[in-house]
Amino acid sequence: MSTVLRDARGQLLVLAGLAALLATVPFWLEGSARTVMIRIIISAGVGVGWNVMGGFAGQFSFGHAAYFGIGAYSSAYLLVDHGISPWIGMAVGAVLAAAFGALTGWLSFRYRLRGAYFALATFAFAEMLRLVVQGQEWLNGTQGLQVPVLAESSWWMLQFSTTSPNYFLVGLGLLVVLQAITILLFHGRRGMFIVAVREDEEGAEASGVDATAHKVMAVAVSGAMTAVMGTFFVQVFFFIDPALAFGPAESVAILLPAVVGGTGTLWGPIVGAAILIPLGEWTSKIVRDPPPFLDFVAGRSGIDLMVFATLLILILLFLPKGVYGSLAERFRR
Amino acid sequence: MSLLEVTHLSKSFSGLRAVDDVDFQVEAGEIVGLIGPNGAGKTTLFNLVAGRIPVDTGRVVFDGEDITGWTPHAIARRGIGRTFQLMRPFASMTVRDNVTVAAASSSPRLETARELADAVLDRVALAGMADEFAGALPTAARKRLELARALALDPQLLLLDEVLSGLTPAEREPLLELLVEIADEGRALLLVEHVMAAVMRLSQRILVLHHGQLLAAGTPDEVTSDPDVIEAYLGEEEQLAGS
Amino acid sequence: MSDAGASSRTGRLQTRLHVPRWVWGVVLALVVLLWRWTEVSDLAVTPAGRTIALQALTTGLLIGGVYGLVAMGLSLIFGVLEIINFAHGAFLTLAMYLTWVLADGVGIDPYLTLLITPLLMFLVGAAVQKVVINPAMGQPLENQLLLTFALSILIENALLLAFSANPRSVRLDYANASIGPVEFPLRIGGAIIELPRIVAFVGGLAVAWALFSFLNRSRVGTAIRAAGLNRTGASLVGVNVDRIQVLTFGLGTAVAAAAGVLVLPFLTLEPTTGTQFNILSFVIVVLGGLGNIGGALVGGILIGLTQEIGGLLFPGQSKLLPVFIIFIATLFLKPEGLFGGGAE
Ligand SMILES: Nc1ncnc2c1ncn2[C@@H]1O[C@H](COP(=O)(O)OP(=O)(O)O)[C@@H](O)[C@H]1O
Ligand SMILES: [Mg+2]
Repeated sequence: MSTVLRDARGQLLVLAGLAALLATVPFWLEGSARTVMIRIIISAGVGVGWNVMGGFAGQFSFGHAAYFGIGAYSSAYLLVDHGISPWIGMAVGAVLAAAFGALTGWLSFRYRLRGAYFALATFAFAEMLRLVVQGQEWLNGTQGLQVPVLAESSWWMLQFSTTSPNYFLVGLGLLVVLQAITILLFHGRRGMFIVAVREDEEGAEASGVDATAHKVMAVAVSGAMTAVMGTFFVQVFFFIDPALAFGPAESVAILLPAVVGGTGTLWGPIVGAAILIPLGEWTSKIVRDPPPFLDFVAGRSGIDLMVFATLLILILLFLPKGVYGSLAERFRR
Repeated sequence: MSLLEVTHLSKSFSGLRAVDDVDFQVEAGEIVGLIGPNGAGKTTLFNLVAGRIPVDTGRVVFDGEDITGWTPHAIARRGIGRTFQLMRPFASMTVRDNVTVAAASSSPRLETARELADAVLDRVALAGMADEFAGALPTAARKRLELARALALDPQLLLLDEVLSGLTPAEREPLLELLVEIADEGRALLLVEHVMAAVMRLSQRILVLHHGQLLAAGTPDEVTSDPDVIEAYLGEEEQLAGS
Repeated sequence: MSDAGASSRTGRLQTRLHVPRWVWGVVLALVVLLWRWTEVSDLAVTPAGRTIALQALTTGLLIGGVYGLVAMGLSLIFGVLEIINFAHGAFLTLAMYLTWVLADGVGIDPYLTLLITPLLMFLVGAAVQKVVINPAMGQPLENQLLLTFALSILIENALLLAFSANPRSVRLDYANASIGPVEFPLRIGGAIIELPRIVAFVGGLAVAWALFSFLNRSRVGTAIRAAGLNRTGASLVGVNVDRIQVLTFGLGTAVAAAAGVLVLPFLTLEPTTGTQFNILSFVIVVLGGLGNIGGALVGGILIGLTQEIGGLLFPGQSKLLPVFIIFIATLFLKPEGLFGGGAE
């Protein structure tokens, strides 16, 4: 677990350096490897978003797909049905997600849901959204929405040729913005209050901090951040449907990078994403194209996810504070 | 007009009258001791004044303003600081940040709050531990951290729930001096304490709570010679001896 | 105020069946609502409307009994171990495949596997608790949640690997038999009630009854109840809490396995079949009160009915939607569960 953070400028410098380094990637990586990089970026982005609520604010969300889905569907709907730029859709999605988070968060806190109950409530909200969206004809029900392919690339419509480095650069830019928001928030007064409320709610209130307001704020910010990546996801993959957007699998995919990297740590979600996505990629590659001694697994679905699940179990058992979290702790000693 | 005026304050927990029709005042700059056997309702009374639990009946007026039903954080910012009997530090935050939270809650600039926090830590002799994690502090230091956090609110009234208990006499003395100093600045202290010698020495007035009711109020001498008070405490001692 | 019931972590297990009278009121209200539907909907007044309503009612009731059984296992595990077992549904699926192998491969009557599958699954559950869950007992709740979730992915994909995604099924030769004057499938007012669904319901109640008796009468049951009420207290009076936790996890898994056996003859089996049961049993367990075994059974029937009746009242929407609405309402308004209050 983190403490309140020091030295915002140092962290921002690290971020800038990392960004500069990564910005060169599309110029020496191509094809599927670049797609993997984009998936890392998305995973890191949603993880950074989740971490604000699940890590720093200590409100474990098991239903962050709700925000991802709101972001994805807002922009996809506005684009597909009304031809509105995904940038605007992204903003709309972020605002809607923040509102949804504030409302459901406020309700949950008002009714004093904690621990298991809180986690299950977040899960239920996401499931309800999935089921509601499934039943909406104007959102094309279970079929989902398909982003129309334009004749030429356009920054305004956030669409480029498949070989363009721009997708990666846009994603990287978004990730940098999300991470910068996190850095600034948790080096500031509000972020300090959010962490204090996580540490001890009564103590925080006796210190003059409005606990409910800060928890709601954390949920709203976290939701908006996650929604942004939802929009980006649709633009990259051209497609979204209710299960993909709002399903439990997405909720888990969103919280995993933070948990694997280290919840409530600044760099945990990014480290987590950089481990998880290549790992998943590598296991499915082994199944597609196994080395000789493993050729019995060839083409068999299931093995990749089994390996994945096993590794997750091992991490949870032996590095319960996450990879980055455990390392950071050792360093501090 | 008194700084704190509590009238007809009552609170029941599923039938048990934890605080029962209590009236009292605290003047600015005054040190008032609140004593009573375990379970008398002292902590509950604090919780009521600080807005932590809703009152059943009665009013709490602070500095001329009716604060009954206010939220705890609003009351804290209005000028009532409190410590918790069961301490509540922000364990994974540093000592300095613990105090900064309270200082920052009413100051828009974090830098100002940090400076204030450092000044307060200096006063409670925690400056040397400012960068340690609050969760790793020994009991005595944690008690002082509680006090520091409350002080950082720049309160007019401090509700101190057993800040001295669990400390060795040597640890107690400097804290007692500090409390007197704080009162000299014009802050009022309402002090729950089991360490009788300390309360009697420190307090100008004593309130005795028993089974939720105000059994007696007066100067330390008046209270200690009150037959009802003696009986209440004797009753407890007998129970202790019997168990 | 500061310590809401929702956050307390002791004294969870309740093993008595206590149905407040108002529950019957709710059931009655649902039925009346349904009847009203038969008068106002598009299908109104036609005999078909009545038939559909009756069909929904019986289907909901019968499957609700099985939901209740699955949820009882989950609630038992929560009551004693205080972990949310997200792999419960996957264990159920595993049990179904076991039964499928025994029935389809070996040729044993599916109902006879009730003597085998739950026993094997008891061992599986106990082993999993000992190896994977137990080391994580002290960890934060979310880690446990993820751990069991990972476990469910592992099980599901192992099944996918072993059996592929092709749907499997076990069908009874005697599903359409007649016993004396009673012919199966039963026809009541046009509604069709298949034999396996009746067996599942009755069998579910029987297993539930057996579980109750075991928990309330046997020595081991007493130890489980003690551990579920107060872990430290139980260990003080000589209960080996570690062993009880292994046992309880196995028992909860065995109960899910029994449910799996009972539903196999009328469901199609895929590696993900358990998911729906999983989600529903969470809803039911909260509805009945986490750790309240009897509440889970009654909650299961309520959810079974809600699902079917909701499907009729809101056509075009998912049957699960009203279920989740009830779920959220319960979390907010009665987090201790509909039959709560006993845990105080
Ligand atoms: N939140 C609560 N719920 C139920 N009973 C409480 C609660 N808080 C305090 N009590 C009861 O009220 C009585 C007074 O407690 P308390 O105010 O803590 O006493 P003191 O601080 O004087 O030792 C005790 O009997 C205690 O058990
Ligand atoms: Mg007390």
